Amino acid sequence: MAESLLQVTDLRTRFQTPEGTVHAVNGISFHINEGETVAVVGESGCGKSVSMMSLLRLIPTPPGEIYSGTAIYRDDDLLKKSEEEMEDVRGREISMIFQDPMTSLNPVLTVSRQLTESLREHLGLTQEQAEKRAVELLEQVGIPDPARRLGDYPHQFSGGMRQRVMIAMALSCTPSLLIADEPTTALDVTIQAQIVELVLRLRESLHMAIIWITHDLGVVAGMADRVIVMYAGYIVEEANVEDLYDSPSHPYTLALLAALPRVDRRRDQRLKSIPGAPPNLLVAPVGCPFVPRCEFVIEKCRRENPPLIQVGKNHSSACWVDVKTGAPR
Amino acid sequence: MTTASSLPVPQLADDLSTPSLTLWQLGWLRFRRHKMALFGGVVLILLFIFSFGGAFIYTEKYANFNDTSQRLLSPSAEHPFGTDSIGRDILARTIYGGQISLFIGFVAVLIETVLGILVGALAGFYGGAVDAILMRITEALLNIPTIFLLLVMAKFFGGKIPDIHIGERAFSGSVVVIVVIIGATSWMYLARIVRAEFLSWKEREFILAARATGTSNLEIIFYHILPNTFAPIIVSSTLSVANAILSESYISFLGLGVQEPTATWGNMLDKSAKYLDTSPWLWFFPGMLILLTTLGINFLGDGLRDALDPRSRTV
Repeated sequence: MAESLLQVTDLRTRFQTPEGTVHAVNGISFHINEGETVAVVGESGCGKSVSMMSLLRLIPTPPGEIYSGTAIYRDDDLLKKSEEEMEDVRGREISMIFQDPMTSLNPVLTVSRQLTESLREHLGLTQEQAEKRAVELLEQVGIPDPARRLGDYPHQFSGGMRQRVMIAMALSCTPSLLIADEPTTALDVTIQAQIVELVLRLRESLHMAIIWITHDLGVVAGMADRVIVMYAGYIVEEANVEDLYDSPSHPYTLALLAALPRVDRRRDQRLKSIPGAPPNLLVAPVGCPFVPRCEFVIEKCRRENPPLIQVGKNHSSACWVDVKTGAPR
Repeated sequence: MTTASSLPVPQLADDLSTPSLTLWQLGWLRFRRHKMALFGGVVLILLFIFSFGGAFIYTEKYANFNDTSQRLLSPSAEHPFGTDSIGRDILARTIYGGQISLFIGFVAVLIETVLGILVGALAGFYGGAVDAILMRITEALLNIPTIFLLLVMAKFFGGKIPDIHIGERAFSGSVVVIVVIIGATSWMYLARIVRAEFLSWKEREFILAARATGTSNLEIIFYHILPNTFAPIIVSSTLSVANAILSESYISFLGLGVQEPTATWGNMLDKSAKYLDTSPWLWFFPGMLILLTTLGINFLGDGLRDALDPRSRTV
């Protein structure tokens, strides 16, 4: 097994709001190996983005607060670094790309200006060297005629092109870890496929690890090594991608898989959805947070929140019930 | 709504690409269709030519030369704008006064803009305690009527700065005092505008994206957010130039501004108050120039507001 690049233990993030404390991330632990691709899935509001942004310390504080946990990246705890030290990590070691490429580029700065910034900042290149590298980067992400496009403004690029520029920016300093926060959600399906393919190609050539945040299990299947399923700020299931699809062992994962549209679905069947909505994170739940929407509830679920239980090799699930048999564990 | 018919039809280039327009090119396209703004711009350029070009025709010595036998002469071929109460040529004095007035207008606004941007940007970006302190100071200053603040400061600092000599020419130290106090008493509105802009821009996703690539706070403030707020800053600053020139006239009119013999349009008005009905040329020419400048700048600012409004969809 490759050595661990990032080891997160008991990460907890909360937000103080006028309505009360929002418990966004409730003690999650996971690791990423060098060069590995891990998908983080879950509905909106399950703490996926918040936990990843906590790692890069991009949570606005206040109101946000990371009040527990460690995130050991190459022997250093990211959560203990000073703001200046974090600036060296961001973009250089760990990069992040965001959901909406239409709003993630500064409208008044040229693409060149935005691309060369981190090159000059992190790698100490001169403007001339940085621009040369920027042309290579744009070429790598598949932007035609990159030398001419360099001086253009973001509004002159289409959505897919902008996401390519974002990826070029994120990868400019060849980071070891890329956090992709739903990078394809705002794009149409064909462009989605292109972006996924692009990232996979770059992963091979740059040997970087990827955390791919998404709520689309369909995208995950083709690219991830491992999958982490999050619900209400908890990790509810973690497994290798084949195991997750072959034997999902948390009711929430089952429901997510059932909600996937399938080509062989019969016309008269409606697309399944999970009834209800993710719980209000303002109140710390007693027992399992999935109880109100779960088909397998037993008495214990209402009293006690299940920890992650090993259910197979590299496969753990936070459920009191064995979903295959319906029997308590 | 204006139509695009007045625009030249873009010719299809060989590679079928339309030339890309920067924000500024787009702004200029809109600006030049704003007739009043163009008029204001032309008036301002003419005023600059008048004030700075005129210095090649009349020497400053001539502007300050007094001959009491020639006092209060009405406009004639020898003195096109007439002479004042101690026999100085008013045309020459409006030329040199124009230099000082325009200088005060633009430099005071420069000070105002720098202060306003600094206070507004820091308050808006950092929020919390920084915001609270800076904004309470701003509000406190806003609560004092500007004119009293100006007068008290003019009175207090006036005469403490020695005259400044640049080459052949001597400037009253009061020019510096006036510039600084006008700048220091007018930044509050701009600071509020900038703060409001920063509050909204700092929440944008591209700022988060910039942070995610390791950009430092100072760079985010000055390279990433500030350029987005240029349009309102430019508009507000342009309009402030007119205010600064008016403020200078006002203080000078009350005798607390720029001291003789250095001429400004404002202190020329001051000396003419006694001759309002008997020698109207004393106030007509400097007054008219102040009016033209203010009007020109306001039209210009109006045009800039329309041209640089990012929400405007017309080209």
